Amino acid sequence: MMQATSTEVMAWLDEVPDPEIPVISLVDLGIIRAVEWAGDVLEVTVTPTYSGCPATSVINFDIEKALREHGVEQVLLKRQLSPPWTTDWLSAKGREKLEEYGIAPPQPAGGPKHCPRCESQELEKLSQFGSTPCKAQWRCKSCLEPFDYFKCI
Amino acid sequence: MSALYEFCLRMGDSTLVLGHRVSEWCGLAPVLEEDIALANTALDLIGQTQLWLGLAAEVEGSGKTADDLAFLRDVWDFRNALLCELPNGDFGQTLMRQYLFDEWHLGMLKALQGSSDDRVSAIADKAVKEASYHLERSRDTVIGLGDGTEESHARMQAALDYLYPYVGEFFIADALDDAAAKEGIAPELNSLKAGYDAAIAATMNAATLTLPESKFAHKGGRTGRTHTEHLGHMLTNMQWLQRAYPGASW
Repeated sequence: MMQATSTEVMAWLDEVPDPEIPVISLVDLGIIRAVEWAGDVLEVTVTPTYSGCPATSVINFDIEKALREHGVEQVLLKRQLSPPWTTDWLSAKGREKLEEYGIAPPQPAGGPKHCPRCESQELEKLSQFGSTPCKAQWRCKSCLEPFDYFKCI
Repeated sequence: MSALYEFCLRMGDSTLVLGHRVSEWCGLAPVLEEDIALANTALDLIGQTQLWLGLAAEVEGSGKTADDLAFLRDVWDFRNALLCELPNGDFGQTLMRQYLFDEWHLGMLKALQGSSDDRVSAIADKAVKEASYHLERSRDTVIGLGDGTEESHARMQAALDYLYPYVGEFFIADALDDAAAKEGIAPELNSLKAGYDAAIAATMNAATLTLPESKFAHKGGRTGRTHTEHLGHMLTNMQWLQRAYPGASW
């Protein structure tokens, strides 16, 4: 079998959903830093989002599983800490999907641009922490709905 | 043992012990948002522990893992600062402890971003982002509760009076700290003190709380000489599975 190119492998990984926010893929999340062959071994370099994120081990398992399903027999996952993951690495497609899903995408200003439901800009922060390490809780003062904001780090 | 190994233990044991303490709040916090915040903070600290103790195990070189160091050492081998092992008390005491730790932690991590060891600076680059929002929350909460009701003010003052004698330990260097500083692995501990003191003073002022006058400092946690009576109890809980079923794995 011909070895898949890095672009092909990235396209496969773009089909693997994030375990906690399944509307975006691992590639959208920006954690796949490199994909390269070392002989027969496919080396995938992954950067963790938050150091304590419990999804990390599930993500590694999902990557291996997806690559095996595409016929890759030997996979080596490498963890790369530096440079640390930043929400700047979220793809444009990923940001759109987050918003459609009801999670406000990260903004450099440090808060959501608008309510993901009604687009009002009358917002208040409820907590710096949310249902996963990467999110904060906000509320829209117009439609009164609480919503998740993907923290900018 | 190398200065790097000891330094990693001192960082990793502090984040481990504090992370475990904070996790004791899981499901018990006064409101849902705070419960989630506490659990997330604990997760970050335990995640950082995996990095520090993972590096310690790598440096030690006998094939141990971060888990071995966390679960198979007894109390006298722990190198956490005493502040981290003190009991949770009420919610105010937990957040005061967190604030006093976070302010030191962020300053330390910022200094470690310039470490001569690439592995140390990589961990610091990662952890500094998490410590920044830990500090933002613990500082806001200390100010909110200190400058709150009569009841919350009194509780926060009592928490500060109880915990403040434990912060001095962060700045007292022994020969291993000096060796780490000399190798450029870590900053001189004392170099962080002026910034810390100024930040604490500003926060307590905003919180209408009074810093104790006495500068007496309990010490012995980071060197392992004397822990408080609380750490042993915590470890029997944290390590019970490995103690009851040695070598058990998933």
